[in-house]
Amino acid sequence: MKHTISILVKNEAGILSSVCDLFSTRGYNIESLSVASTIDNVFSRITIVTTGDDVVVEQICKQLNRLINTIKVVELPKSADKCIDRELVLCKVSAKDDVRSEILRISEIFGAKIIDVSPDTYTLEYSGDNRQVMALIALLRPIGIKEIVRSGMVAITRENQFINIGKKD
Amino acid sequence: MTAEQTIKSEKMNGARMFLECLRKEGVDKIFGYPGGVILHIYDELYKCDFIKHYLVRHEQAAVHAAEGYARVTGKPGVVLVTSGPGACNTITGIANAYYDSYPLVVFTGQVDSKLIGNDAFQESDIVGITRTCCKHNYLVKNIGDLPRVIKESFHIARTGKPGPVVVSLPKDILTSRMDFEYPEKVNLPGYNPTYEGHPIQCRRALKLLCDAQRPAIISGGGVIHSDAWKEIRELAKKLNIPVATTLMGIGTYPQDDELSLGMLGMHGNYWANLAISNCDVLFAVGTRFNDRITGCLKRFCKDAKVIHVDIDPCSISKNVHVDIPIVGDAKNVLNVMINEFNTGKYTYNTEMRRLWISQISSWKSKRAIRAVENGIMSPQTVIEHIYDKTKDKDAIIATEVGQHQMWTAQLFKFKHPRQLITSGGLGTMGFGFPAAIGAKIAAPDKLVFDIAGDGSIQMNIQELMTCVDYKIPVKIAVINNGYLGMVRQWQEKLFEKHYSQTHISSPDYVKLAEAYGALGLRITKEEEINETLDKAIAFDGPVIMDFIVEPFEMVYPWVLAGQPLNEVILSNNEAGLGE
Repeated sequence: MKHTISILVKNEAGILSSVCDLFSTRGYNIESLSVASTIDNVFSRITIVTTGDDVVVEQICKQLNRLINTIKVVELPKSADKCIDRELVLCKVSAKDDVRSEILRISEIFGAKIIDVSPDTYTLEYSGDNRQVMALIALLRPIGIKEIVRSGMVAITRENQFINIGKKD
Repeated sequence: MTAEQTIKSEKMNGARMFLECLRKEGVDKIFGYPGGVILHIYDELYKCDFIKHYLVRHEQAAVHAAEGYARVTGKPGVVLVTSGPGACNTITGIANAYYDSYPLVVFTGQVDSKLIGNDAFQESDIVGITRTCCKHNYLVKNIGDLPRVIKESFHIARTGKPGPVVVSLPKDILTSRMDFEYPEKVNLPGYNPTYEGHPIQCRRALKLLCDAQRPAIISGGGVIHSDAWKEIRELAKKLNIPVATTLMGIGTYPQDDELSLGMLGMHGNYWANLAISNCDVLFAVGTRFNDRITGCLKRFCKDAKVIHVDIDPCSISKNVHVDIPIVGDAKNVLNVMINEFNTGKYTYNTEMRRLWISQISSWKSKRAIRAVENGIMSPQTVIEHIYDKTKDKDAIIATEVGQHQMWTAQLFKFKHPRQLITSGGLGTMGFGFPAAIGAKIAAPDKLVFDIAGDGSIQMNIQELMTCVDYKIPVKIAVINNGYLGMVRQWQEKLFEKHYSQTHISSPDYVKLAEAYGALGLRITKEEEINETLDKAIAFDGPVIMDFIVEPFEMVYPWVLAGQPLNEVILSNNEAGLGE
């Protein structure tokens, strides 16, 4: 079962290593990971997608909380009406004469952007949830994907729920 | 100007500032070993009259000694070593303190900031290396951070679940200058250990214990850290509940008390293991349910309700499913429960308790049988004699790791916490002797023994020179059976007596002791034990006693790894499976 964990950390050298080391030493999986500083440069947000049953994920959250430099650790709700998640994908597709219009059509359906054009390729930029990204890739694959770069997932809660600085749970 | 004013008005170099920070933390003894990049601190130490530095012979021993010191005093032990090999040599010691949750602050030198990452001479990434074996670590990148980092290090080491903190000090930090100001407070938004147990959970726990028919308590090392032994004794007495201790919890409950079950686990008492296996409510305080005490997890207390008190939320429901979790400091939680009980709203069935305790008493007739009876001096006899000689002297007993450690845990009737100093979680051979040195430094008036095996003692024997140099009269009893006994025991039972690489020879300990300037004594007969112990205790200096004992003795009771806790082997005649 996939779980998304949002971790607010002090923006200090080594903190990402601490988090990753925790996953590897305790035998947890990292499916995807993304990190960037928050609106306050002192803090960064790490979003990790992991797999495991509820007991494992509870243990992961506790262990993450135990790290001195983690400020807040939250497992994000799975349901789409409570939480929105997105991935970014950049995809370079082989675009010979006969398929150029097909790629444009797919791109239009998904609302993807063409960000680079060459005589032989189109490069698409698309962001969506995991299911949408996988669907786009599935459609582009038969046409010929030359290179694909995906970000880790980022996620945010809906409405008035915040994961900000405060006492650890 | 007063000294204080001088400190404030002059810019101070990092090395001096380091020592001033230690002074602010009340540190007066440190264990260490000098080297290239840390020389500036050693130069300041040369002029320093408020810190006593103990020069060891190996950095690992410095950390163990500091842990021994921490175990006796409850204060963080402090270590100072150089970069590269000096820092790397501390790893085993740091990991040991981490597993057993004792507070240390380990300062390691580091190459100049500008050289970090260049594979400079004696460079090692100690922050990276220790990341998974310490509570927290720091690389000081700016002289301005030094006082804050040291303040935080001591705070983190001693609060919450205590543990080792590593601070890496680049050479240029030690030579830069700045005004010294020590912070009054720490600001760690990500670190807020929970000390108060939730009162409703405490009440629920008390209710469950009162309603229980066959309750039992496991008292672990956390009870020592939180100074909660009086409370655990009071609660056990009030509710009339038998108490087993883990290896780390030995001394938290007096073993001569009628409610004491002694140690449980792999080599614990038969009745302790049976009591825990048959209880209907288990009250576990300050233990993380290590596999050495649970045996087969699936069958551990499978019909019991479990109440677990621990300051570390990670320990709760990690190995054993917990019905009533209480995150908090053991002392606070137990006090809440005692006060609640004192209101008189709670009662328990005294008749049920009597039946349960008498059932446990009936199990007490089943005791381990010695494997070999052939007239050769048995290791247990030696340890029993040491116990008899030391029991009225409030001695501190350190052990190494192996058979002698388990026999000491079994045969000594420890009455007080901080009396037994032993490596539990990591199981570090070579820990006991340097830890005994640290213990003796912490408690110079107490008699300190290191009960050792012939394998373990050879792992840090070089510290005998430290003992002689500083006139630290630690008494080492080597239980010399010519084997790595515990491993040999497994080979005998589980590997068809293939004694692969477990026969181990020793130097002549009497001559060795003499070479170091200590006293060496060899004992081969039972009737010589008492006299030798008297001589060793009376001698004003370190002593090695070489007890030549029966090689093939086994530690019983024994629950084979992975077996349920109640499947206890008590003698060589039992297969021990499917009892």
